[in-house]
Amino acid sequence: MKCRKCGGKAVIHMPQHRLALCKEHYLAWLPEQTERFIKKYRMFTRAERLLVAVSGGKDSLSLWDILHRLGYQADGLYIALGIDGGIRYSAESQRLAEKFVAERGLTLHIVDVRRETGKTIPEWTQATWRGQQKPCSVCGLVKRHEMNRIARDLGYDVLATGHNLDDEAAVLFGNALNWSVEYLLRQGPVLEERNGLARKVKPLCRFYEREMAAYALLRGIEYIYEECPYAVGATSIYYKELLNRLENDRPGTKLAFYLNFLEARRAGLFAEQREVQQALHPCPGCGQPTSAPGLCSYCRMVAKSQESGVG
Amino acid sequence: MVKIILRNQEFEVRPGMTLRDALRKCGLLPETVLATRGGEMITEDEILADGEVIKLVAVISGG
Repeated sequence: MKCRKCGGKAVIHMPQHRLALCKEHYLAWLPEQTERFIKKYRMFTRAERLLVAVSGGKDSLSLWDILHRLGYQADGLYIALGIDGGIRYSAESQRLAEKFVAERGLTLHIVDVRRETGKTIPEWTQATWRGQQKPCSVCGLVKRHEMNRIARDLGYDVLATGHNLDDEAAVLFGNALNWSVEYLLRQGPVLEERNGLARKVKPLCRFYEREMAAYALLRGIEYIYEECPYAVGATSIYYKELLNRLENDRPGTKLAFYLNFLEARRAGLFAEQREVQQALHPCPGCGQPTSAPGLCSYCRMVAKSQESGVG
Repeated sequence: MVKIILRNQEFEVRPGMTLRDALRKCGLLPETVLATRGGEMITEDEILADGEVIKLVAVISGG
């Protein structure tokens, strides 16, 4: 297969775009497309300060690499979750994030979950009913809380995450299966800042996961290859597998699923629900905004674990 | 034969088939892996030759 730009040997074929590219042109194409999406969805400008949530994985490190190459002011945030799982998962992730930073002279903020919340993620999963059922749910809750806190406390304009199209399509699939309108309303490339919540953006939301892995590999970015021990059997991975079966038979299905959803919502789907969108209230515990009066989900989880005396 | 390696799994396929057909033979979806030969990424139309080792990189993560 030949590169469409130069006729050289292609290293990647993207059937949904009917496009094959060589290494050199792929490494130029992906940042160009990212820039296009940043502008299209009005994510941020070069005058704004970005905080990139970095896990040590292929997506977040590639995102930071791309933003740096494009000339944006992007610092990183690594949240040390305290997950070992027999493979020193968090320690290795942090090592790779720090190596990435050292090679590029970037700024990385590190937050230790145990120091900030009193427990590691494995300890939180044991201490709560929610965590015992869905460890990824507790991890997500703690990470969102900490990401927003740091972005707000350090005065960043925008919080950027490395969610790719497979991530977004899997979430959309789950929310559509359950018709979770409240979540469907909030899903998109940009979640605007409101009442103490930092603006959140997903510049990689239109790239397939395979494309992001290819970028990391071709750029020589060393990332954590092992799966998080807690993600084994996660629903999101199951949904991704289902969507990839569809994609295999009908190239472009995942992209169309996500883009047509964004277009349908823009055209008025869920318009009635948008009108009654809930106001946000400051949580009396941490001060961060929450949709219902009283403690936010994070503070409720902390309070429950203290009441039960577990952990 | 051609050896195909994905994490701790090993598969063997007959030489002369394309990477796309080899992946199908192994029950793998092309969308979920990247294939490398001698450290270089290759596309699904590449013909696999006898004695080659194809290393696959899993691309799906979640949680």
